[in-house]
Amino acid sequence: MSVKDYIRERFFPHIWCPGCGHGIVLNSFLRAVEQLKINKNKIVITSGIGCSARISGYVDFHSLHTIHGRALAFATGLKLSKPKLKIIVPMGDGDALAIGGNHFIHAARRNIDVTAIIMNNRIYGMTGGQYSPLSGLNIKASTAPFLTIENDFNIVELAKAAGASFVARTTTYHVLEAVTLLKKAIKHKGFSVIEILSQCPTYFGRKNKKGDACSMLELYKKNTGKIGSKKLNNNPDLIKRGIFVNNNKPEYCEEYEKIIQKAATAAAIRQI
Amino acid sequence: MTSKIKFVHGNEACVRGALYAGVNFFAGYPITPSTEIAEILSQKLPEQGDKFIQMEDEIASMCAIIGASLTGHKVMTATSGPGFSLKQEALGYACMAEIPCVIVNVQRGGPSTGNPTHVSQGDVNQARWGTHGDHSIIALTASNHQDIFETTVNAFNFAETYRTPVILLFDETICHMREKLIIPRKNDIPIVNRFRTSLKKHVDYHPYLPREDGRLPMSDFGDVHRYNVTGLFHDMWGFPSNNPKIVQELLHHINDKIENSIHEITKYKEHYLENAEYILISYGSSARSAIHMAKNRTQRGEKIGVLELQSLWPFPHALVREKCSKAKAVLVVEMNMGQILNQVKLALGDSKNVFLANRIDGNLITPTNIKALLRVIQGRGV
Ligand SMILES: Cc1ncc(C[n+]2csc(CCOP(=O)(O)OP(=O)(O)O)c2C)c(N)n1
Ligand code: SF4
Repeated sequence: MSVKDYIRERFFPHIWCPGCGHGIVLNSFLRAVEQLKINKNKIVITSGIGCSARISGYVDFHSLHTIHGRALAFATGLKLSKPKLKIIVPMGDGDALAIGGNHFIHAARRNIDVTAIIMNNRIYGMTGGQYSPLSGLNIKASTAPFLTIENDFNIVELAKAAGASFVARTTTYHVLEAVTLLKKAIKHKGFSVIEILSQCPTYFGRKNKKGDACSMLELYKKNTGKIGSKKLNNNPDLIKRGIFVNNNKPEYCEEYEKIIQKAATAAAIRQI
Repeated sequence: MTSKIKFVHGNEACVRGALYAGVNFFAGYPITPSTEIAEILSQKLPEQGDKFIQMEDEIASMCAIIGASLTGHKVMTATSGPGFSLKQEALGYACMAEIPCVIVNVQRGGPSTGNPTHVSQGDVNQARWGTHGDHSIIALTASNHQDIFETTVNAFNFAETYRTPVILLFDETICHMREKLIIPRKNDIPIVNRFRTSLKKHVDYHPYLPREDGRLPMSDFGDVHRYNVTGLFHDMWGFPSNNPKIVQELLHHINDKIENSIHEITKYKEHYLENAEYILISYGSSARSAIHMAKNRTQRGEKIGVLELQSLWPFPHALVREKCSKAKAVLVVEMNMGQILNQVKLALGDSKNVFLANRIDGNLITPTNIKALLRVIQGRGV
């Protein structure tokens, strides 16, 4: 199969602006799925609301486009009720960590086998460029005309602390790396988080004078470094890329099977 | 299997009804006075190999059951006032995306944290209009445990039949008191199961194209038909659309499928209603006091009857009009500031004397409370 077999051509053209990073994420994601050769009927993609969340409609899997911030809660119901499904959740930074922050940490804490793809453009794209919990300090946004004074989250550290068993970061510049990391995240058993820095030239870029999409991509090349690379060793302040956590903790749905066994045993004893 | 006689509280009667109807997925968040529903299901569901999960809040619980419904499960959540408020956005999503699910609201005093351990019926209008946008909703209620059981089964049946969320509006009194419940035998109450498409693989399945009879066969996530589900207005494939024709048709569809089925959905009981001069309209635990009072007065030769509503939404205006056509006066007995009263007034217009017999202090309205008002109406003094 080719990547084309994984999209719903009927629903194109997509809604994204020219130069938006979200299309690159879609491309990497589909390549990852294609290389993993997962049966399309086994994949459910569920998302909230945002430019990023629209990925779910374009792909030829079971797709559930829900409400802002809550996709991981829907995902939990999908996965627990039918554990053989592969659940993928593409989210914007606002979707995942502002309105959806609580669901994010709890999905991580449960270590439920779901893959969260956070497309971090540091802004609310869909609603026109308001600041997000990932904007960080001194950022111009339509609701921050005098620049932001709020600290940002570190998605990797947050996911780690909350208990995610696979945590990685890459960017839309590093497309092939994104494919590799997405494959690992999807294959991983447990809650996997992959943060992909994604450019929003329309709002973040324009308001903060970051140039066009190409310049924003160039910036990801410059200001990030792969874990273990010489570049990063020489410049430890760069944003790190790569895998931060990859472990085999008990997964929620597998643990639930033990509850079912315990309950059956207890019921059997009561019968005696 | 023989009938089983139980002595249970109302929350357990609800659980037993749900299990009889085939519930196999529950997500919830603890809140008085509904918590026992979650507690009992946390044992019963895994015992039968099914899933229970305590989510991080009521929003998540509502979302989780919608997800599980899409994989083909019969799903339920249970809550009370504050949690019911939190569920509203996702509840509207289930209306729009047409996803079967059952939401129990064991009502307590509100607004806000209100009176957590005391009774109220203050969420009647929230059940109707809690989520935004034009939509229709089914809300059912009951005044004794046998009826809680049967109403809960009906709720699951309606959810599947109409592909819609169904709300069970119980209350603290009815759900915390204990009384006899006879578990019906298998097949005594018909069960409606998921209506799935018979279309085979590679045949284009339209998840949102109603058949002639208005029903929309579903396909489980994980099966051969891959389609899109969204809370945006959508076309027959479930794909977002703002085409005015599609928008208008879909809005009509999600409203009409329920409003046009009001005869199938409406459930009620008559107590001493024949030839009644004074009619009490009531529901839930209030109806117990109304029935008690009517029985008492009827035995003394007065003509007082009760129309007990077991479905509140869609509101049966025509039924109320028909049953009350000859009444001298109608008293709406409820524990709020007149939420069903307003509907009764809508049904009867100005032509009738319609009064509110209510109690809003956290205590159950008593037969004496109702009698006092009735005496005044009858011109007999307190
Ligand atoms: C409950 C609710 N609040 C607010 C909104 C409006 N809204 C839609 S998308 C969005 C933020 C989108 O930003 P992000 O999640 O970062 O994704 P992006 O569009 O940047 O990809 C907001 C605030 C909504 N749809 N629902
Ligand atoms: S507004 Fe930003 S995030 Fe949204 S599509 Fe345009 S570039 Fe992408």
